[in-house]
Amino acid sequence: MAGRASKYNKVDEIIKGHSYEKSALIMILQEIENLYGYLPAWALKHASEKLNVPMIQVYGVASFYDAFHLTPRGKHLIRVCLGTACYLRGSPRVLEAVEKELGIKDGETTSDRTFSLQSVHCVGACALAPVMVVGERYFDKMTPTKVRSFLKAGAG
Amino acid sequence: MKKIRTSQELDSLRNSLLQQRDPNKPCVRVCLGTGCRARGSADVMTSFKDGIERQGLEIQVGCKQTGCHGFCERGPVIVIGPREIFYQKVKSSDVPEIVSKTLLNGEVVDRLLYIDPTGQKALYEHEVPFYKKQIRLVLANNGRIDPTNILDYIVIGGYQALARAITTMSCEEIIDTIEKSGLRGLGGGGFPTGRKWRLCKEAYGEVKFVIGNGDEGDPGAFSDRSLMEANPHSILEGMMIGAYAIGSNQGYLYVRAEYPLALKTLQTAIDQAREYGFLEKNIFNSGFDFDIKINRGGGAFVCGESSALMASIEGKMGEPRAKYIHTVERGLWNQPTNLNNVKTWANVPLIINNGADWYAKIGTEKSKGTGVFSLVGKVNNIGLVEIQMGTSLKTIINDIGGGITGGKKFKAVQTGGPSGGCIPEELLDLPVDFERLTEAGSMMGSGGMIVMDEDTCMIDVARYFLDFLQNESCGKCVPCREGIKRMLEVVTKITKGQADEEDLELLQDLARIVKDFSLCGLGQTAPNSVLSTLMYFRDEYDAHIRDKKCPAGICKDLITYVILEDKCTGCSACLKLCPQQAIDAYGLIHTIDSAKCIRCGVCRDACPFEAIVAK
Amino acid sequence: MVNLIIDGVKVQAEEGSTILEVAMFYGISIPTLCHHDELTPYGACRLCMVEVEDGRRIRLVASCLYPVREGIKVKTHSERVIKGRKLILELLLARCPNSKTLQDLASKMGLEQIRFNMENEDCILCGLCVRMCAEQMGSGAIGFVGRGQKREVATPFHMASEICRNCGACMYICPAIDLQCRGVKSPGELCNSCLVITPQCIEKYDQVMCTLESCGACVEKEGK
Repeated sequence: MAGRASKYNKVDEIIKGHSYEKSALIMILQEIENLYGYLPAWALKHASEKLNVPMIQVYGVASFYDAFHLTPRGKHLIRVCLGTACYLRGSPRVLEAVEKELGIKDGETTSDRTFSLQSVHCVGACALAPVMVVGERYFDKMTPTKVRSFLKAGAG
Repeated sequence: MKKIRTSQELDSLRNSLLQQRDPNKPCVRVCLGTGCRARGSADVMTSFKDGIERQGLEIQVGCKQTGCHGFCERGPVIVIGPREIFYQKVKSSDVPEIVSKTLLNGEVVDRLLYIDPTGQKALYEHEVPFYKKQIRLVLANNGRIDPTNILDYIVIGGYQALARAITTMSCEEIIDTIEKSGLRGLGGGGFPTGRKWRLCKEAYGEVKFVIGNGDEGDPGAFSDRSLMEANPHSILEGMMIGAYAIGSNQGYLYVRAEYPLALKTLQTAIDQAREYGFLEKNIFNSGFDFDIKINRGGGAFVCGESSALMASIEGKMGEPRAKYIHTVERGLWNQPTNLNNVKTWANVPLIINNGADWYAKIGTEKSKGTGVFSLVGKVNNIGLVEIQMGTSLKTIINDIGGGITGGKKFKAVQTGGPSGGCIPEELLDLPVDFERLTEAGSMMGSGGMIVMDEDTCMIDVARYFLDFLQNESCGKCVPCREGIKRMLEVVTKITKGQADEEDLELLQDLARIVKDFSLCGLGQTAPNSVLSTLMYFRDEYDAHIRDKKCPAGICKDLITYVILEDKCTGCSACLKLCPQQAIDAYGLIHTIDSAKCIRCGVCRDACPFEAIVAK
Repeated sequence: MVNLIIDGVKVQAEEGSTILEVAMFYGISIPTLCHHDELTPYGACRLCMVEVEDGRRIRLVASCLYPVREGIKVKTHSERVIKGRKLILELLLARCPNSKTLQDLASKMGLEQIRFNMENEDCILCGLCVRMCAEQMGSGAIGFVGRGQKREVATPFHMASEICRNCGACMYICPAIDLQCRGVKSPGELCNSCLVITPQCIEKYDQVMCTLESCGACVEKEGK
């Protein structure tokens, strides 16, 4: 019982930290996603109750924004930038290389839940194009060859 | 910390800080903006701090972190005051030498200097060609102050404009000043800022809001990011002055979640502004209360649109609404709301301090002041550029940008993000301002400027932007949701060599209706990439449709990869990597079997002799 | 009261009313899909767009949302507007070819062919059911979910709703759950057997001249 109570407590703390404000819904969901790596259904229901926001609105918001995921993700998040500057410098081939090495497609997670792959559109570091971000580390001037050596080395 | 309650207290704080600081003390300023950080500038900073501490040199030399200097191509970047010596591509291992040679003895470390393509070295920051032709007003202090320390902002005159505005000017005078200056919205719309403030002030409503838009969703644009990271207080001060003039007591800063450093820096700035009494009840004893909250975006390009942004702040899906009644009358929670881009807000303290006439003298007749652009793509000097409105594209791309990388030929420059258009070579003399860019079929947008060379297929560019916008469309209205999808289908057909003249007609019909009938700016500007490429690069469309060829060598279905015999050395790097085993070797001569080739380009990337080309 | 001109006719309207409300009051018929008198206007289908000249410029606006202003000149059936409506309908039909509501509208507009790859959806995403459930039934059991191409009407977690009272109001209000059309015979073709009208006044006057719904007296019926 303690485990169940404590997970609701964690979500309560987050909501309290935003003074139970309905308008903080997006930021509250972001913090829940940071905690669990995704948005579990129970957490969404709990947020709906505590904030007194209709469940359909919470679910709608969770389904609208790129920051939110309704299924569990991998431990390491690999983001390949497909923003215009990176695209022109060949980032789609970098994405393809990651897809090939990990055996998953853009937006998917490896079956052992180690890696999730996500293409993004611009992280604001265009001088480093093509950019790849793993966790919080930025990698500059990526090429398919660099991707292969990085992933084969166990991604650090 | 005692809060500042009068402009005299502010002045005496500033004076005492100036007295404490020795302007002649050598000080290294390390760029910790996202770009340089990604290349290890945080380690460089740590090395400086440790090195200086270890040798007990704190009294003799200083080191300070700053935000983005703008010349991201050459990061990590440092500047050593007071001489303003500019070093680029600095590594941690260079630090001991810099400390002993430059900081302690004023000697130059030659290899870290910027060298231009002719071989000319630049010693000082202002000698670097990238900076020479820029006029830095909004970005002036980006590389000079520590954004995490409010005292740095105060010492350069920060919050003086706020003091002047609140204690000596009436709301009417402030709005008048902004109107006379000619300041226009720098987020894309270009709407006259003073007029917007006036409309909001006059709108009926007890509670009013001001919003700083830091969503910057345009791929390739990072001017907002840099400003938020490097000089957050300039934005806050602008919002405070605007809120006072309009009659608002609550501000919001909407920042996209993809900018964690900007979020952190802004929060620190807000906390410090509260500490010092600039965000407070009864600021400067004037009876004016104001506070700012930060709202993180959830990841949706459409939330850069003002009504969608406000829906997002309200905790809803980012769906825009028709703006027949403007958001200045009914915005956040149906209250009068004034939204401006963060760059626009940052211009406000400058105008209050220097006067409307000063600002109005800069720029062109209809576009006053400066424009801030992220110059990226196939240009040598990638970075942030601030120029007087009216500067030509040629100056920006050649003189400041250093021309096209690899000596290739310029083809087009894309401005305004996905909502903008592509401008060809024949228009390079175009003076950059709101009207001229729109007349040319593009727009100013958020200042993204993407340079493209001869290896870019303009149909592929149009396809790229349509794909992006299809994914970002909120899906509410039919023309945008269905129309962009069908435009993308047609353009994709063109890139595959499967289209005919009728398809081109259909594409133009669709473009017209998506433009005219869409609910919000995303849909209304979505056809711009197609329309501008059709206008200026019709020959490429014809080549794809009639001849089934891609002149730039990009569209996979229309090219074949060929190994140039005279360049191939037979190293077999390509053969080993080909996923389709499509490469055969006859002794030294390697050839590609185009029936097996899937045009993945791996061989071309792998060849160390550039012997593989797309035809 | 506000004075304005619709299709050449001088009319008066209460301040705050929309062009659509005024037009309907005077018997001028503007096609709509996502609109219902008893629900808040939504402005998503864009079928009700009209041309408005406000002294400075001519723009296209959604008549279900645009509040009337003094002195505006409105054209509800200009050539530009009609072309646009036709293409919107074509886009919708490519998504939902079996909707009789859409087929009828298409016939009235003389739309004879779909130039896009056909899909087979039922929902036109007009949102009437969502607003009905929330505003009239006070429930809010269903809503819009997803963005862009993934947008759909659903319940939370796509699971049976805990608050749905099975009132059926959503089905009642839905314009697409109507008599199913017999179906499209071959992809891209419309049979148009319900109604065919090609008004002649468009060519001459650049708009439909009668302010009442086309009676058809002036037109040729193309028999099929």
